[in-house]
Amino acid sequence: MQLLIYLVLHAIYALLVVVVLMSMCAYAVLAERKISSWIQNRVGPNRTQLPILAYLPVAGTILQRIGFSQPMADGLKFLFKEDVVPGHVKKFYYTLAPCLSLIAALLTCTVLPFGLWWNADGEHPLVLANLDIGLLFVLAISSLGVYGLVLAGWASNSKYPFLGGIRASAQLISYELAMGVALLPVFLWSSRPGVVSPLNLYYIVQSQNGLWLCLWQPISALVFLVCIFAETNRLPFDMAESETDLVGGFHTEYGSFKFGFFFIAEYAHMIVGSAVFVVLFLGGWNFLPGLPDPWPHNPLGSVMTIAWFLAKVVFFVFFFIWIRWTLPRFRYDQVMKLGWNVLLPLAVANFAAYLVFFALFPTI
Amino acid sequence: MAKVLERKPLSFWERTYLPQIIGGLRITFVNMFRRKETLEYPEQRPQIPPGYRGAPTLVKDPNGREKCVSCQLCEFVCPPKAIRITPGAIPFDAPTAHVEKAPKEFDINMLRCIYCGLCEEVCPEEAIWLQDIYSLTGTSRGQLIHNKAKLYELGGTRPDTHYKWDKKLAAEKHHDESGAHH
Repeated sequence: MQLLIYLVLHAIYALLVVVVLMSMCAYAVLAERKISSWIQNRVGPNRTQLPILAYLPVAGTILQRIGFSQPMADGLKFLFKEDVVPGHVKKFYYTLAPCLSLIAALLTCTVLPFGLWWNADGEHPLVLANLDIGLLFVLAISSLGVYGLVLAGWASNSKYPFLGGIRASAQLISYELAMGVALLPVFLWSSRPGVVSPLNLYYIVQSQNGLWLCLWQPISALVFLVCIFAETNRLPFDMAESETDLVGGFHTEYGSFKFGFFFIAEYAHMIVGSAVFVVLFLGGWNFLPGLPDPWPHNPLGSVMTIAWFLAKVVFFVFFFIWIRWTLPRFRYDQVMKLGWNVLLPLAVANFAAYLVFFALFPTI
Repeated sequence: MAKVLERKPLSFWERTYLPQIIGGLRITFVNMFRRKETLEYPEQRPQIPPGYRGAPTLVKDPNGREKCVSCQLCEFVCPPKAIRITPGAIPFDAPTAHVEKAPKEFDINMLRCIYCGLCEEVCPEEAIWLQDIYSLTGTSRGQLIHNKAKLYELGGTRPDTHYKWDKKLAAEKHHDESGAHH
């Protein structure tokens, strides 16, 4: 009976986190459309109205102008559109591929701490699964995201998706190396003597009580940021789905709901990637570099930590969108050259430098 | 004389491309707060330049007379044959009896019209004008075949510089009065 209650409560907790993440994805789509249109001197979607909300006096017009109901309209469109499966695809893998993408993106968010809560025992992280190998889990599961793209490209049985899948797989596995090596200085810092479990993401956030890691490990942060852009297939590393040369890339042959899945999976991956960056380098829910804990130790404080964490994640999602509409796309050979010739040696040199630094000053 | 463009080698920071990226980011960020170029249709309408070829309409002159005399020149010149005219007679006791002809039925099928303006060019009475009507809707095909009433409603009144029928009537009266002996 205790076990049943425990399971039900945790299931509700997980459902809540997933619902929040999915609605953030939907609104990330809206944010992309609005922000990209503002950058391009136009107004984004500003006409969708809900039957009731539209008649509120002031709020109704504001909500319509910022396109508040647009994600619901988009979601309904994807649900009701006819899902055409072309005759020449391998049906099982064709249906499996978007699921793999979404699963990889959603699984990563199970180990991300997003706030704190306090009780008589002290402070605990708000996290779905407080794994002691959190960092390794994040790296491993995001590597599984490659399978979704590759499978989509191969199962679509057509030239454009095939090229998109090949390019995507090459790009993703190249940048995972640089990503892992760039995280080693973080691991060095978080496994200093006295820490119980160095890979636990909660302890990594706790170790940023003083200076945030992005401030005194800027090269690691920069390399990791570039690799996150490459991992989420986001411009300037957009070749897998480059609309100008590959029609749709790996999701050319995908119709309404499966395309919606890929779309949502890309934005979920983006949000989770931003959240990982915030946790690892930007101090998670710590308020400012010198002032980690001004939060009151009660449920309101928990809500404030979650809100501050989400504010940082939202800033990074905005940064992703901002970079997308500023930079041109890399060519395939430029991507490979950057990944292997520039980022990997830079990350290794950075790691070596921090090794020397920690050897010389072991008492930090 | 060829102008030699000096390409200075990039400095260390410039080769990382980070300063250029940040410069680009600043430009796009500033652009986010500039005035938007979007025209919010249907609240704001675009400005239609003069001479715009919209939907064809029939006009009346400032005295209220319908100008079309059903000569059927527009029907012959229309490339997709969108115009169908049934000519009719003006009764002898009407005030405009000197004009002699007026259309009994005048149908323009807007689903065929290509807005070329040839009917406006060829009309000898300056009766058919392509005005600035650019959005036509209808809930059935029948609604998009504009009949004579609809065409005159859309056309309205245009100022007339010639008044040729009034001048003709005045010249005939003058001729009748002055040459009454024959």
